[in-house]
Amino acid sequence: MGHSLKRKEDARFIQGKGHYVDDIQLPGMLHMDIVRSPYAYAKIKSINAEEALKIPGVVAVVTGKDLEKYNLHWMPTLMSDTQMVLPTDTVMYQAQEVAAVIATDRYAARDGKEAVMVEYEPMKPVIDPYKSLAPDAPVLRTDKEGKKDNHIWHWEVGDKEATEKLFSEAEVVVKEQMHIPRIHVASIETCGCVADYDKINNHLTMYMTTQAPHAIRTVIALVAGHVGLTEEKIRVISPDIGGGFGGKVPVYPGYVIAIAVSFLVGKPVKWVEDRSENLQADSFARDYHITVEMAGTKAGKILGTRFKILADHGYTDAAANPSKFPTGMFSIGTGSYDYQTTFMEADAVYTNKPPGGVAYRCSFRVTEAVHAIERITDRFAFEIGKDPAALRMENFIKKEDFPWKSPTGWEYDSGDYHAGLKLAMDTVGYDELRKEQAEKRKRGELMGIGISTFTEIVGAGPSKDFDILGIKMFDSAEIRVHPTGKAIARFGTKSQGQGHETTYAQIIAEELGIPAENIQVEEGDTDTAPYGLGTYASRSTPTAGAAAAVAARKLRDKARKIAAYLLEVSEDDLEWEPGKFFVKGAPEKAKTIQEIVFAAYTNHPQGMEAGFEATHYYDPPNLTFPSGAYICIVDIDKETGEIKVRRFVAIDDCGNIINPMIVQGQVHGGLTQGIAPAMYEELIYDEDGNILNGTFMDYLVPTAVESPSWETGHTVTPSPHHPIGAKGVGESPTVGAPPAIANAIVDALSPYGITHLDIPITPFKVWKALREKGVN
Amino acid sequence: MKKEITISVNGEKHTLEVEPRTLLVHVIREHLRLTGTHIGCDTSSCGACTVLLNGKSVKSCTILAVQANGKEVSTVEGMATADGLHPLQEGFKENHGLHCGFCTPGMLMRAAELLENNPNPTEEEIRWGISGNLCRCTGYNNIVKAIQYAGAKMRGEETPSTEPEFV
Ligand code: FES
Ligand code: FES
Repeated sequence: MGHSLKRKEDARFIQGKGHYVDDIQLPGMLHMDIVRSPYAYAKIKSINAEEALKIPGVVAVVTGKDLEKYNLHWMPTLMSDTQMVLPTDTVMYQAQEVAAVIATDRYAARDGKEAVMVEYEPMKPVIDPYKSLAPDAPVLRTDKEGKKDNHIWHWEVGDKEATEKLFSEAEVVVKEQMHIPRIHVASIETCGCVADYDKINNHLTMYMTTQAPHAIRTVIALVAGHVGLTEEKIRVISPDIGGGFGGKVPVYPGYVIAIAVSFLVGKPVKWVEDRSENLQADSFARDYHITVEMAGTKAGKILGTRFKILADHGYTDAAANPSKFPTGMFSIGTGSYDYQTTFMEADAVYTNKPPGGVAYRCSFRVTEAVHAIERITDRFAFEIGKDPAALRMENFIKKEDFPWKSPTGWEYDSGDYHAGLKLAMDTVGYDELRKEQAEKRKRGELMGIGISTFTEIVGAGPSKDFDILGIKMFDSAEIRVHPTGKAIARFGTKSQGQGHETTYAQIIAEELGIPAENIQVEEGDTDTAPYGLGTYASRSTPTAGAAAAVAARKLRDKARKIAAYLLEVSEDDLEWEPGKFFVKGAPEKAKTIQEIVFAAYTNHPQGMEAGFEATHYYDPPNLTFPSGAYICIVDIDKETGEIKVRRFVAIDDCGNIINPMIVQGQVHGGLTQGIAPAMYEELIYDEDGNILNGTFMDYLVPTAVESPSWETGHTVTPSPHHPIGAKGVGESPTVGAPPAIANAIVDALSPYGITHLDIPITPFKVWKALREKGVN
Repeated sequence: MKKEITISVNGEKHTLEVEPRTLLVHVIREHLRLTGTHIGCDTSSCGACTVLLNGKSVKSCTILAVQANGKEVSTVEGMATADGLHPLQEGFKENHGLHCGFCTPGMLMRAAELLENNPNPTEEEIRWGISGNLCRCTGYNNIVKAIQYAGAKMRGEETPSTEPEFV
């Protein structure tokens, strides 16, 4: 623990020996390409595959009508909504799958795709989520019997009456309307699979880009059980994954079609989408319209908040939230501040846009919540003329008040928000920067300082509240130690770059004293790994990491018994130090863990079970609540609106740290994924539902030039309930960075009365806002 | 209408028949089964497919295999030698310059040419130098460090500390 062990997995990646889905090539393998809709909303009048089938190499063209014969044309979403696999009559969003072309190689499949003729009858789509709720809006989900509008669900939490009363009486009320833009995870590897159905043994091996292989196996069994593919006949293998970030949690139609085709033709079928298909059709993230208000005193005491959300889910609710949480953990949005009055409500709607709402590097809508609370906190400080750092310091929940009950029902486990912000301020040189800013303002120059002090909520989750499609959100670890004292450990999670092969080995090494290099970590094969819900929402360390520690402790208990037997003393006479048990007061009388394990196979006490292995399914008692204090400094060119991030200091608190190098790396990466929506990324649709930037040429993923040189640091407030006091960190920076950047930019523009700009804040937006305020 | 081409990949000559439209990246990945070179986009934007063609870094998704006829291709698989890892590979490992590893081979090949042309680049030169290669995971800080480390090593200087500056 606490050691920056170099990563065990790197050897293969730096030598070109990673093993990703598209690297799989099986004998007789066919390739699949997908015909997609150019329209956002249209009737399909006909699909003509005649010309396509004439192309050498094209084997088949599959449509919704073909799948309908097997009742495979619909599938459930993870939020218990429904989604077409392939349409039989109507397309609901641009780039929706319309037909699949199967061919002997990828070029022939592409030729076939170009040759499939589809006749559409376009209809007027509903793109604006507000218009979708209007009484005269056409009902989009006519497949749902009795559906009379486009409303999906309503959600609320908090005390409405008390909040209304507070707001009507408060000295100060501030309010902003904001949009958290529709964005895409854009992992550099797109999604894909090889479905390999073996007719003789009635067995499917599904290699796929999935962050949750076990849950996927169950979903496939639920969708395809009626054609004989029951769960024991399905093996899901998630090989190396080129970045997931939540985008590889859902089941996409392409996977299901590939399975169906492989099932029908009895050959392996590969489907790997293009980048453009990935951006245009796979689950988006965010897209929340939020009205947020804060009430407080003129002296700067925060008294309450109110949030009203409109959630645009596109064609279907294909979010990947825990079932009971349609808005995910948005209710963490009361923030790091000590007040008890809030009311939050959300309505979700259908539109003719791609489905989704995935938790992109985010514990389910925490990014949206944190943006709202951190922006409105700054807005409040601005309103009463108080320094936003001082305002935060005065309103933070105090270290000694943890565990702290939030007004929306969470119990924050631990935190020291004052220490985090103080460290961030000292690191950046806050007071000096404010002085510099005052000087610059006198000269008419634009410099901004933005703060975000967020509380995260990760590690879903306690099984009493958390499930996906009914499956409880525990996670698992299985450790087998071989006679020579080397181990293999398997987990229900699945790394997509997080470094599990290293960090899990470190946890077990710490608990058992077996060197990390002698512990092989495996994940992603449902035939061998214990069941788990997978890796997303920063849950691996809080759940599977905890399971590893508990399983290792079970083994240590067994080791104690064996050591007592070998040393002929009672168990109570033994003391543990990493790697061995020794007799109290006689340290030379000792047995190393390797000797003990060997004895477990060669000389174990009579009556004791032989072998040395343990499994644990960890059901966390609570979530963990990491936090952070981020400060961003920007300089803005008044003439052009160009924004330069001069510095960005991120102080994170994720409890005890297993591997500082990996934690820091996670923070760097998350920060770049935070600056992305803050300044560059948004999926833009016109009113006909055409995507305007569905390729990497115009969807601006930050390069090394846009990404600043990040400055990072940490404080440590262990989680009191996690076996090793860790909390999870992957998503903190993605969640915490956007408001720090937005606050910095708005701070720079505040002398001109600008109180809010929606992200992504581009030079053009800044330029326009300044011109509107009469700056020339 | 296939065409015969001969390319040398990592020093080994291959003669094969390809359709004229076949992309170099597909020849490398699917015909020669060197799957270290990756595909991350369809618009020449991500650099995951970067290889060296006669020593110059190119995006192999944007080159036809026939254009590589008679030329030398170097991929990530040819980087390490009997003496061990290339300093860049070592730099990436020591400095945590990769997470998922998908962009890594392209980054390594691009960085190899960068250091060839400019053995002691500034941070800014490195950032601009790799700006045709996208990484979604690392935030680039450690990729910059990794390239600086390799540069120092290749110049025969002492390599900078690989401890994370994580106060
Ligand atoms: S695959 Fe993206 S540039 Fe070649
Ligand atoms: S390490 Fe994942 S894209 Fe760079």
